[in-house]
Amino acid sequence: MTTVDDLAGHFGPYGGRFVPEALIGALEELDAARIKAQTDPTFIEELAELHRTYTGRPSIITEAKRFGEHAGGARILLKREDLNHTGSHKINNVLGQALLTKRMGKKRIIAETGAGQHGVASATAAALMGLECVVYMGEEDTKRQALNVARMKLLGAEVVPVTSGSRTLKDAINEAMRDWVTNVETTHYMLGTVAGPHPFPSMVRDFHKIIGEESREQVLALTGRLPDAVLACVGGGSNAIGIFHRFISDTDVRLIGLEAAGDGVETGRHAATITGGSPGVLHGNRTYVLQDENGQTIESHSISAGLDYPGVGPEHAYLHDIGRAEYRAVTDAEAMHAFALLCKTEGIIPAIETAHALAGALQVGNELGKDAIILINLSGRGDKDVQTAAQYFGIPL
Amino acid sequence: MTTALDDLFVKTRAENRAALIAYIPAGFPSIEGCKKVIQAFVDGGVDAIEIGFPYSDPVMDGPTIQAAADQALAHGTGAKEVFEALKVATDAGVAAVVMTYWNPIEKYGVEKFAQSIADNGGSGVITPDLTIEESASWKAAVEKIGINPIYVVAPSTTDTRLPQVTSRCGGFIYAASLMGVTGTRTSVSTGAPDLVARIRTTSQLPIAVGLGVSTREQAKGVAGYADGVIVGSAFIKALLDASDEESGLAAVKTLASELALGVREGR
Repeated sequence: MTTVDDLAGHFGPYGGRFVPEALIGALEELDAARIKAQTDPTFIEELAELHRTYTGRPSIITEAKRFGEHAGGARILLKREDLNHTGSHKINNVLGQALLTKRMGKKRIIAETGAGQHGVASATAAALMGLECVVYMGEEDTKRQALNVARMKLLGAEVVPVTSGSRTLKDAINEAMRDWVTNVETTHYMLGTVAGPHPFPSMVRDFHKIIGEESREQVLALTGRLPDAVLACVGGGSNAIGIFHRFISDTDVRLIGLEAAGDGVETGRHAATITGGSPGVLHGNRTYVLQDENGQTIESHSISAGLDYPGVGPEHAYLHDIGRAEYRAVTDAEAMHAFALLCKTEGIIPAIETAHALAGALQVGNELGKDAIILINLSGRGDKDVQTAAQYFGIPL
Repeated sequence: MTTALDDLFVKTRAENRAALIAYIPAGFPSIEGCKKVIQAFVDGGVDAIEIGFPYSDPVMDGPTIQAAADQALAHGTGAKEVFEALKVATDAGVAAVVMTYWNPIEKYGVEKFAQSIADNGGSGVITPDLTIEESASWKAAVEKIGINPIYVVAPSTTDTRLPQVTSRCGGFIYAASLMGVTGTRTSVSTGAPDLVARIRTTSQLPIAVGLGVSTREQAKGVAGYADGVIVGSAFIKALLDASDEESGLAAVKTLASELALGVREGR
């Protein structure tokens, strides 16, 4: 079983392209470039070399034994994307897209960012390859993630605080799209997740699927069998699709995405798009959306800026509908409990985004028991979240 | 069967002039205020009106229309208010269409939306983010109900793609004069005449040019080569800049009268 997208980027009824006509040319150009690159040995080797010598791939697997004692005694295996250069999985995608940008002869990249991880990764790739970089970031998020704003600036990027709408990730995407419509001839939009118009969901997935490919081999080598479940947090869903994809055809392996329930899905203050949303169109693709009866996007809420998004990648919408992947929602409180637990049991400070997957592992481990093997995408490190976490736990700064 | 919009362009072509098409989001500056703006448009000599469906994520719109949409949404504007405004326009005797991003149509129900357009005397719908590839359900609905589907083409639309888009259009073809978002500009892009000329080789339909037109001089220039001149942000700016509603409405009427002269001076 697989979920190969069709040529127009559909995953069942989801995906596709809902954009101003002005962008069609650029999307076609990008699609042609990425399809050509997929089979071009020069491109493949260039990216692999960057991953070996710059990203630090393959990322390792850490067995979290003390954490596992709290998860029903299950074997918990952490795929350490947090150890990548720039501190998250986001680097996988930006290096691929930056190479494509150069191939298309463009000199300027724009990016949106929520937590700042994708913005930092984009600024990093731009610095490495000599590209101009402008990052759009909701004004609200620039305050929540001030450290990452400084990192982007140190890396030579311009950070534009977005003051429209809810001033978070969704509005940063709107502003980046407006920039792109205006400057499309010279500019590549380095979209940071598996959403947006075709070919972004497929392309970004293909740059992240290395996570699942590596970890499948690593888990087999370590344990002699496939994991019972693979868990990842889901905002837009890039780290989740990255680790899920290689396992989709392994139908005995459960794929579980953890969405951000914020204060609780029932409170309406959440970002659990699949759990609490409905099919609609947002940011260029059909997917699950948090929306009202007029089709207006409802603002999402989460302690984690990186999951605070009212849409989700269309491939996740499809995996949900066909029952191949399960999506659960984890509250801020549950995520912060798991965050603290990993810090104290394993000496690893995870990103708050990632803590949602860890909270899911505590549930799933207790459901499956001590014989289970659970693979978790440890998608990012928590350095950027120290201030938020300190505030949450009442640690004076 | 023809729509009021189809009839309008037959008339303006007979008069050898361009049509003036004015845009206002439903619910802006207020739900009642929008109806007064529509009347000011009509009094000023506007030929057709686009009622905007305010949307939370308008990626094709610049800061002026975003501000208007935010204000309209804050007043609780939804589908009901959009269709009410549409009816006010068509009752006043002008051709009227709705301009909306796709998600509100999908949420309302595709065929039901087309039916409500027709029920309120509307001629069609402009869909700025509906690509032809995703338009199968919309095509079926507009053909069944008999309203005009109006798609936007851009300077970057290739010669190969252009006829694929224009053959889907009814009423008129919306030519985006430049690569960018809505908003007033000091000059209309030089790319617009080229785009209109390229469209002419693919379709007999009227062509209206939008994005960046705000003055009588600009309207006159565009009327020299296009069948319709679309003005949006300039009207909204006049309303946002006005000290009170009354002076805003007066400014809208004055601007409409000047633009109405402009579209008659182009040829």
